[in-house]
This record gives sequence, structure tokens and C-alpha cells, in this order.
Amino acid sequence: MSIKTMDITKIITGIAASEGIAIAKAFRLENPELIIEKKSVTDVVQEVARLEAALEKSKSELETIKEHARKELGDDKAEIFEAHLLVLSDPELINLIKDKITGEKVNVEYALDEVAAIFINMFESMDNEYMKERAADIRDVTKRVLAHLLGINVSNPSMISEEVVIIAEDLTPSDTAQLNRKFVKGFTTDIGGRTSHSAIMARSMEIPAVVGTKKVMEEIENGLLVIVDGLDGQVIVNPSEETVKAYKKKATEYAAQKAEWAKLVNEKTVSADEHHVELAANIGTPEDVKGVLENGGEGVGLYRTEFLYMGREELPTEEEQFTSYKTVLERMEGKPVVVRTLDIGGDKELTYLNLPKEMNPFLGFRAIRLCLAMQDMFRTQLRALLRASIYGNLKIMFPMIATVDEFRQAKSILLEEKTKLQEEGVDIAENIEVGMMVEIPSSAVNADLFAKEVDFFSIGTNDLIQYSLAADRMNERVSYLYQPYNPAILRLVKMVIDAAHKEGKWAGMCGEMAGDEIAIPILLGLGLDEFSMSATSILKARSQIRHLSKEDIEQYIEAILSMSTTEEVVSFVRKQF
Amino acid sequence: MIERIYTITSHSGIHARPATTLVSVVTPFTSKVSIEYKDKQINLKSIMGVMSLGIPEGATVKVIAEGADEDQVIKSIDKVMEKEGLGV
Repeated sequence: MSIKTMDITKIITGIAASEGIAIAKAFRLENPELIIEKKSVTDVVQEVARLEAALEKSKSELETIKEHARKELGDDKAEIFEAHLLVLSDPELINLIKDKITGEKVNVEYALDEVAAIFINMFESMDNEYMKERAADIRDVTKRVLAHLLGINVSNPSMISEEVVIIAEDLTPSDTAQLNRKFVKGFTTDIGGRTSHSAIMARSMEIPAVVGTKKVMEEIENGLLVIVDGLDGQVIVNPSEETVKAYKKKATEYAAQKAEWAKLVNEKTVSADEHHVELAANIGTPEDVKGVLENGGEGVGLYRTEFLYMGREELPTEEEQFTSYKTVLERMEGKPVVVRTLDIGGDKELTYLNLPKEMNPFLGFRAIRLCLAMQDMFRTQLRALLRASIYGNLKIMFPMIATVDEFRQAKSILLEEKTKLQEEGVDIAENIEVGMMVEIPSSAVNADLFAKEVDFFSIGTNDLIQYSLAADRMNERVSYLYQPYNPAILRLVKMVIDAAHKEGKWAGMCGEMAGDEIAIPILLGLGLDEFSMSATSILKARSQIRHLSKEDIEQYIEAILSMSTTEEVVSFVRKQF
Repeated sequence: MIERIYTITSHSGIHARPATTLVSVVTPFTSKVSIEYKDKQINLKSIMGVMSLGIPEGATVKVIAEGADEDQVIKSIDKVMEKEGLGV
């Protein structure tokens, strides 16, 4: 990039994935692959010296990071780096590497990689979550040393020690987990959409983000000033002073609005005409409950249990699951918690199940289909849930139900386990509601049949939309078909809500649509009982609903459902409500 | 050579923080220091070794120090066990 072009302001448009404004220097997150070759060496003394030098460099880097973390984040957060430093001084590790170099006359990179692998395997095979995580520490530390040996500059999100905006092709779950909220003011990526993992994480960490820009990696150099506008989905590179000023003002206004919303934390969600709905949150782990309560969530509308099964080598035990479920139920203090049973398959794989690759994973062997076939695994989860039920207000729902028969099977397995546990003398809550996700068009169409058997519905819009319009939501070329306000979707949603109410049951929604400001008025008018969304969207939604009149919207429902395009619906809602 | 038996009283056993503390305390000494738990003996100057033992609350461990400054080693461990509420 020439000096000339560096001064030019550029605006890149993407998808607004997480609200807020970030203004900071660009930090490109690159993950070059470290290629380790095995080479014979003659001068082993020199190889050992190279090892010592790389270790010293890495240690001094870590010392800097540690000091910074200690000052900025406190001793607690700095501790992990202390452990990393000790790993680099670990005599057992270092001696093994040196022995390997001198004994086998191999290069230091190869020796280090091999020895590290032994320790990584050892920790990963331990029957303890905490120990398993240590494997990641060793990986992190050895990667740093290897990079020094290979002369490669590895950008590591945990190494960031000044305020930045992250520029990346995509962010993996582990990248996002390492982001330090103190320094990472926002991020922007080339790929991804509102429902991709990085977007969901950004919202739960309350970091402004713009994703799916297709070109930030190409356009933005390290160190350039960047504005990430997570409200309007824009990234401004090299802004003028005036632009920065304008965005600072926008950020202040947004903060003021958020403060206004914050006053609603302990309020109930009531429309202008006194109609009450429940605003709940989607969570993935017990740690997420804190955010739910801080944002005034009236319940958990979707507890995704897959995270318990992911990032590990084997199935979680009944005890591990029980502890997680119990923790969530207790922390929610009697507020409803809807737990979705294992929804694996599709884009979420579990390598240790050794399932064959499928041509069409989204239409394949996943979720309840897999659970009904692998019943041991399913029964373990149900037992853990039943045992945890006495610690709060538990509701259980099954994902991907396509036929009434599947629901009956799943429910009867649940009842079998309940009877078994009761015979063992285990206490189980009396009235656990059992419901289902409505995300397959067939179950929406047959909602009246299902409504006789379930206690509740939860509409999973992300999948319902992709199945109804036959458009893979990961495929950007057909992303224009991801249309929440398409009349087909609105009509299906209406069928589900009406069917539930006719049988005296309740209907909720746990897709992204439930927190969408265009969808909310329509859903309120359709009579949706529970809206489950990212915790950070709750207060905004509550504020919006307080200004809406359900009765008023009901008059327009028929008109909205008769509109033939998404655009008509959007412009009508914007104008009318 | 000095041997000393400790009973671990810390709630979470010897995990990250305590392991880090113990290893940091003994590393500066010249003596050979090891810790024995369930028939496994590990170099107490090796963080990965200590963590790999996964010592839980209630465990009985033996610390063995051998060298010129072995007395100070044990004294320092005594101190850190008490100060951090790790064991007795």
C-alpha cells in the first residue's frame, strides 16, 4: 500500500453483528501455519543454543504481557501468564527437548514439537475438564516459541496489549474466547453473518462488530485508524478528524440510550396496552447466566447444551451435565429455564462420535434423529436433566422434531428414565413441561396435531427460514433468501402460535428473529408469548414493546400477512409502528 | 535429605494457582525437590509435572528435598502451605 492511499478514507459495508461504536487502531489477526520439518543436524550445541534463545525471547514477551495484564486487569487475569512462564522454565520439558536434540541429532523445531505433543496428549487424555484446558496452554506457549524459531510473526489475540480493532478473515470460537474486552474495542471480519459464531459471541461480550465485509483483510493494514460501526454495519478506514468526532458523538448517544434501557432491568415486559410477554435469553453455558440477569432476562428460553459436548474427546458424564444444569437452574432462581436436548450434527460436529461425512448435513442425521438412534447418550442427558429439575423451574424441549411419532418416542424415553430414577429414590420436580422446537416446516404445518401432545412450542427461526426457503444460511450466494419477514415465514409462525393457544399451550421463539426490531411488533401482534434472544438485546426489546399496543397491531396483522414481499413488510412496519 | 508429609486442605486441591506458587517457591533453590503422590514421584520444579498429578483436596503428599539448601526448601514450603491455605 502506498503512502498516498493510506490517507484516503474508505468505507466498507458489512453486516451489523453487534451493536456499538469502536474507534481504535487496526490489528490484523493472522494465523500462518507453522510448518515443522524434521531435519538432521550436526551441530547439536548450536541447536540447543537456538532453543535457549527462543525461550528467552518468548519469556521476555510473556513478562511484558503479564505486567500489562496485571496492571490493567488485576492479578487474577495475569496468573495465566505466570503459569505460561513456568512452562517455559519447566526443567522436565526443556530437558526432554534437549535430550531429543542431542540424542537423535534433530533440529530444535522438530524436537520441541514432538515433546510438546507428548504433554498435550497427556493433559488431553485426563479425566478432568481443568486438566484438559491445560493442553491449550501448552499449545499456546509452544506455538510462541516455534514462531520465534521459524522467524514468523504470529499475531495472537491474547498478546494484544493496547486498544485495537481486530481485523480477521474469520474468528474461531477459541480466538473469540481469548479476546480481551479491555483492549479489543471491536472487530470486523471478511466472512460470517448475524448468526455465525463470532457474531453471537460478539453480542454476548458486548463488543461492536461488523462481519461479512468480504474485504477488510485486503483493505486494512496494521495500525490504521478504524471505526467499527456495529449499529449500521459500516467500517470506516482512515477517518478524518471530523468523522471521528461525529462517531464519538454517535457513541455517546448510543451509551445514553443504553443507560435509558438499563432502567428497565427490573421492570416487567408490558406493552402500552398492558399485555405481558416474557423476554428470555439464549445461553450456552452456566457462565452466561450472569449476563441474562444483568440484562433483566425473565428466563432462559434456550439453553444450548451442545457446548457441554464440544471441544473435548469424549461424551460428558451424567455427573458433569448434572452440575451444569443444576448451576444454571440455581442461578436463575426459579425463573423458567428451557433446556434444549443435544442438537448436534449439521454445522456442529462431534469428532469423537465418528459419524460418517454427509452430503447434506443440515438434512441429515442430526439432533433428535441422532439422539433417538444413540439412546445411551440421550438417556444420560435426560437423567442429568431430571435429577437437576428440583433446583429450579426446568422445561425440556427436543430439537428438530419433524413428525409426531418422533416427539412421542423422545417423550416416552424421558418418562422411562423418570420412572427409573424415581424407583432409585431420586427426587424429581413435579411439573416439568416438555415441548419441542418448531424449525422444520412440516412441524409448523402440523402444529395443531403437535399442540395436543406438547406443553409448549419454541420456534427456531434460523433453521425454519433456511428450510422453508431452501437456502443454506452459511452460503453467502443465497443469503438473500434468508428472509425472516417473508410472508411464508410469518404465516407459519402464525399457524404455530394459533395452534398452541387453541390448546391452551404457550408459544415462544428462540431464533435471532425474536430480538429483531422489525419482527417484534409483528410477533407481538401475532400473540407470541415468549421471546428468547441474545441477553444484550433484551432491554432494547423491552423498551420497544412498552411503546407498542398489541391491540393496535392486531388490526394490521391480516394486511401484513397479505403482503407479497419482504420489502413491503419492512417498510410498512417502519412506518406504522 | 529431608522428607515431609502434607495433607492438602485447599478446596480445589493443587490446581493452577497453588501449583504455580509451589513451583515458583522451590525453583530458586539448588536442592533437588520432588513431590510424591499415589506412588508417582515428580520434580517439584516442573509445573507440568505437578499439574499432571491432579492432587485433590484431602490428598496426602510427600515432599522430598535433597541438597545444600534442603532446610530452607522445606521451610519455604511450610510457609507457603500455611499462607495460601494449601495444606498442613
